[in-house]
Amino acid sequence: MSDHDHAPINNGDEPAAVRVRALEELLVEKGVLRADEIRAGIDWLVSRTPADGARLVARSWVDPEFKGRLLADARSAALELGLDPGPSPVVVALENTGSVHHMIVCTLCSCYPRALLGPPPAWYKSLPYRSRAVSDPRGVLAEFGLEIRDDVQLRVLDSTADIRYLVIPRRPPGTDELSEEELAALVTRDSMIGVAEPAAGAASLLTNDD
Amino acid sequence: MMYRVGEPVTVAARAHDGHHRTPSYIKGKTGRIERVHATFRNPETRAYGEDGLPEMPLYLVGFARSELWADALAGGEYRVYVDVFEHWLEEAK
Repeated sequence: MSDHDHAPINNGDEPAAVRVRALEELLVEKGVLRADEIRAGIDWLVSRTPADGARLVARSWVDPEFKGRLLADARSAALELGLDPGPSPVVVALENTGSVHHMIVCTLCSCYPRALLGPPPAWYKSLPYRSRAVSDPRGVLAEFGLEIRDDVQLRVLDSTADIRYLVIPRRPPGTDELSEEELAALVTRDSMIGVAEPAAGAASLLTNDD
Repeated sequence: MMYRVGEPVTVAARAHDGHHRTPSYIKGKTGRIERVHATFRNPETRAYGEDGLPEMPLYLVGFARSELWADALAGGEYRVYVDVFEHWLEEAK
């Protein structure tokens, strides 16, 4: 590492990965970042999972007052549950109802509430999703298997700046008997991006009556 | 904060040489202030190693589908909401 005698830099990796590694080396070499800081940052990023967001959603389903606090200030609500809402970006939670459906995109890059949902899925960063989410959202949702009725207001949130958006999906019907923990298990990553409903199919596995 | 919730605004149509967070598909388009978020450091200078100060007000601006895309696309009505910094907003045209 010290005397810069690295092997051929391109060993079959995709160009972006090669570029990132070159940047990383430069930043370390110039003393902007230390290698252990980069590793700690990556460790934090990959340690996040959608389970944290799911806990927020499940609590909001069982506790209307908590839902109010989540909608007003998602960062404080996350801290209340002992979750790490991450560094600076502000998180705004948006509630899907019978008459309003929200979905999230970042047309410019891949802004995403990583602290609460973990790393974004590959499709979220793909050019087709990023461009079509704002030009044909119903078509995109249909490809995810989600039909949005014409009388439902569809709202596409383009996350272009410091705010990170998190969707509170609708609680699936027939889940009255489930515990908060069981409810959290139904809240999928995609449902918190607004491209799917919570795993209602899983709900019937958990209940005994059907 | 120059604008209030409910006010119509037009996004500046200007080009910008360098990093900025105003997507081109809303430039020149008219929408409505939906939320006044807060002030944040300016990404246009921050991207080049500066401190991004002074902080700029950030708004959530909502646009009708018909305002963004002239040609009728299939798939019905919807709205697109975009976070826009104040210096990209103008009085509605």
